[in-house]
Amino acid sequence: MKPVHVLEGRAVPLERSDVDTDQIIPSDWLKRVERTGFGRGLFSEWRDDTTFVLNQPEYVGASILIAGPRFGTGSSREHAVWALMDYGFEAVIAPSFGDIFRNNSSKQGLVIVQLSLEDVEGLMAAVTDDPSRLIVIDVERLSVELPEIGWRRDFILDPMTQERLLEGWDDIGISLRRENEIARYEVTSRAPSLTDVFDASGHAVRA
Amino acid sequence: MVAKTLYEKIWEDHVVTAPNEEPTLLYVDLHLVHEVTSPQAFDGLRLNARGVRRPDLTLATADHNVPTDPLSVPVMDPISRRQLEVLDENCAEFGITVFPRGHENQGIVHIIGPELGVTQPGMTIVCGDSHTSTHGAFGALAFGIGTSEVEHVLATQTIPQQRAKTMSVTIDGTPPPGVSAKDIVLAIVGRLGTGGGAGYVIEYRGEAIERLSMEGRMTVCNMSIEAGARAGLVAVDETTIDYLRGRPGVPAGDAFDEAAARWRSLVSDDDAAFDTEITLSASDLVPFITWGTNPAQVVALSGVVPSPDGVEDADEKNTITRALEYMDLTPGTPLRSIPIDVVFIGSCTNARIEDLRAAAEVARGASVKDGVRALVVPGSRRVKNQAEAEGLDQVFLAAGFEWREPGCSMCLGMNPDILTPGQRCASTSNRNFEGRQGRGGRTHLVSPVVAAASAIMGRFASPEEVRA
Ligand code: SF4
Repeated sequence: MKPVHVLEGRAVPLERSDVDTDQIIPSDWLKRVERTGFGRGLFSEWRDDTTFVLNQPEYVGASILIAGPRFGTGSSREHAVWALMDYGFEAVIAPSFGDIFRNNSSKQGLVIVQLSLEDVEGLMAAVTDDPSRLIVIDVERLSVELPEIGWRRDFILDPMTQERLLEGWDDIGISLRRENEIARYEVTSRAPSLTDVFDASGHAVRA
Repeated sequence: MVAKTLYEKIWEDHVVTAPNEEPTLLYVDLHLVHEVTSPQAFDGLRLNARGVRRPDLTLATADHNVPTDPLSVPVMDPISRRQLEVLDENCAEFGITVFPRGHENQGIVHIIGPELGVTQPGMTIVCGDSHTSTHGAFGALAFGIGTSEVEHVLATQTIPQQRAKTMSVTIDGTPPPGVSAKDIVLAIVGRLGTGGGAGYVIEYRGEAIERLSMEGRMTVCNMSIEAGARAGLVAVDETTIDYLRGRPGVPAGDAFDEAAARWRSLVSDDDAAFDTEITLSASDLVPFITWGTNPAQVVALSGVVPSPDGVEDADEKNTITRALEYMDLTPGTPLRSIPIDVVFIGSCTNARIEDLRAAAEVARGASVKDGVRALVVPGSRRVKNQAEAEGLDQVFLAAGFEWREPGCSMCLGMNPDILTPGQRCASTSNRNFEGRQGRGGRTHLVSPVVAAASAIMGRFASPEEVRA
């Protein structure tokens, strides 16, 4: 996972509330064996519609998604985060989020910015007005800015999530900081190695 | 010295580090892997240029979506085929032992661990499947994990965990004849409800548990998750040690005796305190069956379909009404009058040799009712070979049962063995959720002997009715 300090990019206004993980990535996408490529399935039910906001040329290449209340509720699938990130989003701004989605996001490096409904609507209006406007999300100072019009708000992240983003630690990265302790544990570990049990083709050495 | 429960002993033995404000990092002694929950974990490793820390503590098998047709029939479903190929490729790339379809050690992940003796007392065992709790029968702390946790264990051989609460479920006395391990656990799940075990690790104790074989204890621990528990445990005793002696994964000779001496300490101390204690009397147990769409909706096989009338709690009443509707059942109907379409004897709950022996005993000399499809799916190739050596396959085939290749099969309907909409099934598996065995399918969970008897009678039935 890459460290995230300051994100700067254009934003897509998704004027819908209660966008659940099934809508973010429909279940027929769950059968894949890869971790990548889910961006093509992002909001796939809606993307056939030429008027859908993601299909508008002025929003191509945007890296921030602005959505309505209760974004990412529903099934716990991690694929929803993979799809958003694979598509190119680095942050989602909304008035509220599904708990598991929020948790999964922080573990993968997708920045979750929760603002008041009023502020989210204000931001949506600003980028609908002029899609080329740049938004700046500062994970260090915990602020969102629209420099062009001098708009700025603070947001909250729990300190652990913030640290993870700044350092680029996923769960595995955090545990790997404990490498010395793991190695020390292994010195006295009694876990029986399977190399003595099976040969290279999986046959049991002792019948 | 403070008295400890078995759970606490295993936990403390595996703490790598317990930093403030972070979950404890627990060492994993055995990581079992299968084709469905692992591909993205391996891909995640590649994306982050990480390796598998201990391939020698990792073991993989194909089970969830393998077809149970003869091996000469190729895997037709492209997604299943791809998942199976990718498992082999990943294991080759990362140096992990794998048992593909057709391999002599292949089978359901929770069946092969114990039968190969790689599941051992005092271990921590994880797998990307919620019925990993099965291995708790050996006094091992075993629980299911999600795909991102699979990746975590592959990379670090550890897992961040919050300590669970402890619950003892004691089954006092000996059950009446005809009551199997499956009936014991259905009674427990019925008593606790699907959420009653949430946040707990359950230790099963008492005379009825002590008298169970290892196969039976595995059946009980298997369904811990159905009561919402994180894991199930049974203390080590001579039954455990006798089962393990001579298996490929355990040491031989003096080394085995040394290991056994250590394993014998894996019991809860006499005065250890549990956060919650529950007792059931074995003499109250009878053969059970689920009537609804969750595993806690249990009634006696000799009973009737329950009614929502008179249920106070509106939520509960709603759940019952909805389940009755999905299952197409009328309150007051005797379970034993309900006709069935399919019988499934299989799954990590009930597809070990002892289960097949019990079912074959009922099927011997009888025949499956016309119009009923009855499948026997051994839990592993070793179970299948053993059953064939004992002639059980011939007993089943002569009675009109299908005798199939090992795998999870109709437990979860990821392979071609599925129910069609509206079909009613007597199943020895562990989940009766809507659509679990195929869209619109209606699942009733039962023991192997009740499943076999039902196949013969064409309706839910007890073995006595077959012999009558
Ligand atoms: S038999 Fe069913 S419960 Fe057991 S491992 Fe397979 S799918 Fe999971």
